[in-house]
Amino acid sequence: MLELKSLTKRFGDKTAVDAATFTVDKPMMIGIIGRSGAGKSTLLRMLNRLSDSSSGQILFEGREITALKGAARREWQSRCAMIFQQFNLVPRMDVVSNVLHGTLNRRSTFATMFNLYPQADIHKAIEILDRLGIAEQAPKRAEALSGGQQQRVAIARALMQDPSIILADEPIASLDPMNAQIVMDALRRIHEEDGRMVIANLHTLDTARRYCDRVIGMRDGRIVFDGRPDQLTTGVARDIYGAGADFSEAATSTAIETLDRANATLVVA
Amino acid sequence: MTDATLHSPQRSVGDIQTHYMALTRQKRMYSGIAIAVFVLLMVSGFYVADARNAGGFWDGWHQILDFPAGVLSEAWEKRANLPGLMVKYLPALIETLNIAAVATLIGVIFGLGLSLMSTRGLAKWPFLIPVFRRISDILRAIPEIVIALVLIFMMGGGPVPAMVAIALHTAGAMGKLYSEVNENADLKPVEGLASVGANWMQRMMLGVIPQVAPNYLSYALLRLEINIRASAILGFVGAGGIGYELRNSMTWGQGRFDEAAAIFILLFITIVVVDQVSSHFRNRLIGTGGH
Repeated sequence: MLELKSLTKRFGDKTAVDAATFTVDKPMMIGIIGRSGAGKSTLLRMLNRLSDSSSGQILFEGREITALKGAARREWQSRCAMIFQQFNLVPRMDVVSNVLHGTLNRRSTFATMFNLYPQADIHKAIEILDRLGIAEQAPKRAEALSGGQQQRVAIARALMQDPSIILADEPIASLDPMNAQIVMDALRRIHEEDGRMVIANLHTLDTARRYCDRVIGMRDGRIVFDGRPDQLTTGVARDIYGAGADFSEAATSTAIETLDRANATLVVA
Repeated sequence: MTDATLHSPQRSVGDIQTHYMALTRQKRMYSGIAIAVFVLLMVSGFYVADARNAGGFWDGWHQILDFPAGVLSEAWEKRANLPGLMVKYLPALIETLNIAAVATLIGVIFGLGLSLMSTRGLAKWPFLIPVFRRISDILRAIPEIVIALVLIFMMGGGPVPAMVAIALHTAGAMGKLYSEVNENADLKPVEGLASVGANWMQRMMLGVIPQVAPNYLSYALLRLEINIRASAILGFVGAGGIGYELRNSMTWGQGRFDEAAAIFILLFITIVVVDQVSSHFRNRLIGTGGH
């Protein structure tokens, strides 16, 4: 279904993503873990074609994504929704308009400039908001909502795109634990009920363990782990996060602490 | 789940949809009215202007290019003169630039004071905000050419009246622009400085200015460009500089259009240089202050 062949991204002489290769044959929920700067975001941005790859290929259902240009590229982006850490909504527009932005690729520029969306789309947008439990907020401005609510608006916008893949770049990194759970539950439900593929960058191990069917670990741009969550042992986790030299990122994860309390104590001391 | 909306839906989805559609229809009606008014104003305004015009727009518009074409063809014939003429007019250009630079500097300093005095949340005397706002309104409202003509009448021709006229207008414009920049400044650092016992001047210079300096600089440099043009125009009414030379070469009819062309080229190069230099300095300021 989705296939990456030695996908590489270089910024100057620095290699952000180094020959990433993996295959996904059926829709599943995939978590990408690794410390900041490991290339997780760059990988997702290349999948969405927000940024171009330096070399390598992305194939989706046999079609080469990396070669798409102009309208074809935008059409791919509309099928491959992206959710951001900082939500990336238009703060001064109301919630429903933000959700309707998910249809921009299908509508004419002129109609969208004057906010002329079909009634069916507006009704569908409110139904999606209701599914995520925030229909009451429909007429409010996006900026008036809490972080957790804004992230659900962003998920609603993604769903409005009716995408094959949902990419989530650190979707819960700016949220408190309660809202993080609501957002992750929503993503999991979307995967299970709609059968959409979800690829999420996560910065905590326990989230990846709890919600994902498959975990990919990245370190310094390279994929160093690819397997089921239960194969993610302490040794592997240490390897992904570069334990010893720089353990601070891993120590913030509750999972690491329970896995290896001795190491975490060492860092504290 | 802590979110109240999740398990206490006071209204059904149908209600929300109906309500939102009503809102949408209302918004569409307002935008429709706004567009209709806009079109009406455009069309009626054009017809009023056209009716009052001595020649009439439709009869005259195809002659628009005649004058530039005349200047260009004559300048092209005498293109060998252009480098020499550009050197000849360089001192006049420098005079114009001088007027613009001094006027911008003085205007920006006064505008800065006016803007801090007229921004809500920052002003030293909040009850005087309307007074300072009206002062910058007045400074902006009077065209600089009027001030320059009055001053030239009183003081005689020369660069000083032009400088004063441009500086006054700049102070008014900058008071307005900078106060809008100030409104977007974060008040938390100001509060932090107030908590250590800083006085108003210290709070402004150390808490506000570092945040807004890149915007200040970029508006000031844009203003410098505008003022170079204004200072050239004021030359037409006797303030000296390159505008005076331009008027002479353009109004004395055919035969001196090569001089006009040389002056236009000089002005164009000046604007390009100012633009390049200003973006360079702005990037440097943001680069060092951004992290």
